[in-house]
This record gives sequence, C-alpha cells and structure tokens, in this order.
Amino acid sequence: MIEELLQALARALSFGTPLLLATLGVLVNERAGVVNLGVEGMMAVGALAAFGVASEAESLSLAVGLAMAVGALAALLHGFVTLTLRANAYVSGLALAMLGLGVAGLLGKRYEGAILFEPAPELPFTVAAGVLAVLLWAFLHATRPGLVLRSVGENPAAADVLGVNVVAVRYGAVAFGGALAGLAGAFLSLAYRPAWTDGMTAGLGWIAVALVIFVGWSPLRAVLGSVFFGLLYYLQFRLQDQSHIPTELFAAMPYLLVIVVLALAGLRRTQGSAPAALGRPYHRGER
Amino acid sequence: MIRLEQDPLPRRAKVLGVYLGVLALAFTLAGAVFAAYGVGPLEAYGTLLEGTLADGQGLAEVLRRTIPLLLIGSGLTLAFRVSFFNIGAEGQLLLGAAAGSAVALFVPSSALSLPLMFLAGAVAGGLWTLPAAWLRARVDVNEILTTLMLNAVAGSLVLYLVSGPWRGEQVQGYTYTDEFPAPAWLPLLGDSLVHWPTLALGAVLAVALQVLLTRTPLGYELRVVGASPRAARYVGMPIPRVVLLTGLLSGGAAGLAGVGEVAGIHHRLLDPSQLSLGYGFTAIIVAWLARGHPALVLLTAPLMGVILAGGDLLKISLNMPFRVIDVFSGLMLLCLIAGESLARYRVRWSP
Repeated sequence: MIEELLQALARALSFGTPLLLATLGVLVNERAGVVNLGVEGMMAVGALAAFGVASEAESLSLAVGLAMAVGALAALLHGFVTLTLRANAYVSGLALAMLGLGVAGLLGKRYEGAILFEPAPELPFTVAAGVLAVLLWAFLHATRPGLVLRSVGENPAAADVLGVNVVAVRYGAVAFGGALAGLAGAFLSLAYRPAWTDGMTAGLGWIAVALVIFVGWSPLRAVLGSVFFGLLYYLQFRLQDQSHIPTELFAAMPYLLVIVVLALAGLRRTQGSAPAALGRPYHRGER
Repeated sequence: MIRLEQDPLPRRAKVLGVYLGVLALAFTLAGAVFAAYGVGPLEAYGTLLEGTLADGQGLAEVLRRTIPLLLIGSGLTLAFRVSFFNIGAEGQLLLGAAAGSAVALFVPSSALSLPLMFLAGAVAGGLWTLPAAWLRARVDVNEILTTLMLNAVAGSLVLYLVSGPWRGEQVQGYTYTDEFPAPAWLPLLGDSLVHWPTLALGAVLAVALQVLLTRTPLGYELRVVGASPRAARYVGMPIPRVVLLTGLLSGGAAGLAGVGEVAGIHHRLLDPSQLSLGYGFTAIIVAWLARGHPALVLLTAPLMGVILAGGDLLKISLNMPFRVIDVFSGLMLLCLIAGESLARYRVRWSP
C-alpha cells in the first residue's frame, strides 16, 4: 500500500515536471503583464531541438541549452509582434502554437521513431523545477528586480514614470518564459520519453496556461498544482485498464478539469489576484 | 528603435499594399521552412498551384475544402467583430456532425431528413459554445482557453460514440458508424465531391450575416459591443446577451459545416481526426482576412481552400507530413496580425 502510494507520487512528480517548468515560464510572462498562449508550440520546438542535438552531438547539456535558446527565440517572435508591433497577443500566441507544432512536426520527421541511446535522467529536471519555483518566489517577492517585474505587470505607467523601460522588461520576461517552455520540451524528448514523436507535447502547454490561473500566479502554489495534475495523468493511465469507464473520458478529463478550474476561478473572483495590466499593451502617452 | 504612431485613416492603397506584403512574407518564410525540410520552395509552390488551380479535379478539391471554411469563417468573422474569440469551431463542427448523424441513423428517413440534420447540427454546434460564451459573458473567463479545451472534449466524445455505442454493425473492426440511408445523402456536383447545397448554404449565410451586421438594429448592437464594450455598457446594451447570441451563431455555423461533411462526403460519422482536417483552425485565418465583413469570406474562404487542398497535394506527391498546414496557418496568422498593426500605424525610426 505504502509502496503503491510512493510509486504514485513518484509518477505524479515526473508527469508534473514539464508542467511545472512551463507553468513557471507562463507565470513570469504574466507577472510582467504579457499573455503568451504559444507555450505548446515553444515546447514542441524545444523538444525537437533537444532531441536533434542529443542524437547528432551526443551532448545532453548542449541539447538542453539549445532547447532553451530555441524556445526563447520563438518567444521573442511573439514579443516582436505583440510588444513592438502591438498586435493582438491572444491571436499571436495561438499562431505561435500552430507554427511551433508545424515546424517541429515537419523538421522532426527525420527523427520520427528514433530513440536516444543514453537518455537523460528525470530527477535533475524535477529537482531543478522545484528549486526554480522557490527561487522565483524569492525573486518576485524579495528582490528589487522582482519588484520591478511585478510593477510592470501591475501598473506599467507608474513603472515608466519611475524610469523603468517597460517594453525591455516585458521582452526579458517573454524570453525567459520561452526558455522554460523549451526546457519543458527538452525534459519530454530527452528524459520522459527519450524519443521524438510528433504531438508528444500532448496539450501540456495549454494546461500550463490554465494552471497559472488555477494557482493564482504564485510559484509555490504552482508546485502543488502541477503535482495535482501530474497525479491526474497518472490516474488516467492507472485506471484505464482497471475499470469499465470509457478511456475517452479519461482522455478528456484534464481538459474538462481546466474548464471547471477556470469557471471556479471566475465565479470565486480569484482572478482578482491577476496582474492588473495582464494582456493590456502599454504605450507611453496613450491610454 | 521602431516607434509606431497611430494612423487613424490609412489609405486604402496602403492597407492593400501592407496585406499583400505580409502574405508574400508568409509564403517566403514557409518556403524557407520547406527548404530546411529538404523540399525546394519553388517545387512545393509549383506542385501546390498546378494541382489546385490548373485542372478541373483540383478545382473541385478546392471547392470542397471551401464549403466548411465558408460556413465556419462567416460565423467567426461575426464573432471576432464582437471580440468573442471563438477558437472552438473544430469541436463545434464535430458536435454538429454527431447531431446530424444521430438524425440520419436513428430518425426514420424521409424527405425531411436533410433539413432536420442541418437543424440538429446547427443547434448542437451552437449549444457546444454555450459554456464558453456563458463563462465569458457572466464571469469574464477567457473564451480562447475554454473553446480550445472544448475542442479536445468534443474529439473525445465523438471518438467514444464511433468506437462505442454508435459503432457500425456492418463494419467490423473500424471506428465508424453504419452508412446513412440514401435520403440523408447530399447531392454532389457532377462526379466531384462538391456537395452544392452546403456550398449554397454557406454563400447565403455569409451574405445574411453581412446584412445582419450592417443593416439591422441587432447588428448595430453587435458592432458597438465589439468596438467599445464600455460605451455599450454606458448606453445600457445587454452585453451578456449579445455575447451569448454571438457564440450560438458562430457555433451553429460550424455545426452546419459538420453536417455538410458527413452528409455530403463521408455518409457516416467517423474518427474525429478524419472528419475535420483542421477546418476550425484554418477558418480563423479566413475570418481574420475578412476583417470583420462576413461577405468578404466569399473571397477569403476559397483562398484558404487552395492552401488546404494544396497541403494535401504536398502530403501525397512530395511525401510531407500533415503539419505543413500548421506551418502555413501559423505563419499566415502571425503575418496577418502584424500586417493589421502596420496598416493601422505609421512606422517611424527613432534613434
């Protein structure tokens, strides 16, 4: 019994790792007031980049580094379109999700079915994600740059008056979010399932976007939230062969849960804890 | 640094120029991705154009893809005008297809079968938007996330139906229903797969929604709510009701498209991945290109129809994965919204 519980917890942590990484990235984005729905696409290109490098150059650290760089680069595309050109951030993020999935699926075809002979261990990723959550919490609440980042998301006009370059901070947050999405992708293709398959991000990016709302933009609660969703994924596989409940219901479960979570957050008005300027572009001298 | 200044009244020539420019950019970037994949961009575009516009069969394929895009696109154009970002047309199409199939399979067939199927499809597609529209209208939950999640739920639901309770008895081992009885089949144009009644329905809907939007008091309300919710609230317009109605209309249109696919082409309900080929997502671009005018969808839907039919050709004749469509869609959408900004602003370089 104890053994089974421990095993469930271990699997939940493993399932929850990419979710936590991606969620922390979205969280930093949104704390700076930027919405980026492109997580799924950035994860996909990150996963492919990591797998490609690992199988050609056989260096895991290079693979992880490149996945983060590629994720950040993809995010900067979103940054340019929304922050500099001021286009609709929701549509831009959606386009980035499509583009990332498309490019990864196309360029990854040559790796389809290949496997990694020396997969990366899962544990370092899980530990790194947990440590990062604590560091981010400390950064946001106990350091001056963290305060600046939050102020850009809460009241960009006031931050601007105090001499903060709002657009530069937002660009930085967007790149950081992309790098974490890339890292989440690298976990999937190097450690979780050391192979490349099209669609291996499996909707995790979208769940991360919703999870940020669920955890009220708090890095520490993000840890609990991703373990909870990780447990849900574990149960989905565990209960599938043991019960008469149709498997499609389990497949739909995370998505249904996201809707329920969003509805509850809306009804309970916990969205009050959302950064005040979330999703609103900032332009000096315009209201 | 690039700085933008508002251009309140951009000249028509500038808008057109910007849009042609960004479309050219999207095609160039897609060409670069093809080159990275190992297919020459010129070869890819040559195959695409030759196989779609240069022969009768290709044109019929384009037209067949245009039908659902026309229906979904005009509904989405209306929704986007009201700032209701319905990304869930894919799921609404599936629900429409399922409801239409239910009528075809379980209601005794008659001359009324087809009208009933379309009615059921529209109602089901519309109702599938209801949770998202209600949450958006009442508690301000972002509809992009909820409609997107509902896509995945709809996929699971249809998969459950075709592999479980509705699984056909005539077929063994396949996940689809029995074939519909003949009265539930839509007539086709010649020996093509163009189910013309749905095509006509799409054209009529595009024009009807344009008239609704520009010539009726309700359309006026829709436009005001979309342009300035604050002003709408100030003059006491029923914003939640407008949002719900927009959700129902755009979802209903997608539901009609679903019925067209099952009654016109497949004649059975089948695996969701084979039922819609990304129509719900491609229609977002169709609607974005139409810039808030449902009637313009009559032009933009065939344009994307070429891309979908062309993507199919690239898949078959150049052995490319189906994701080529996502590359096109993502790049087009990204370039289009950037283009919209460029058209609305003057770009200034400042040191």
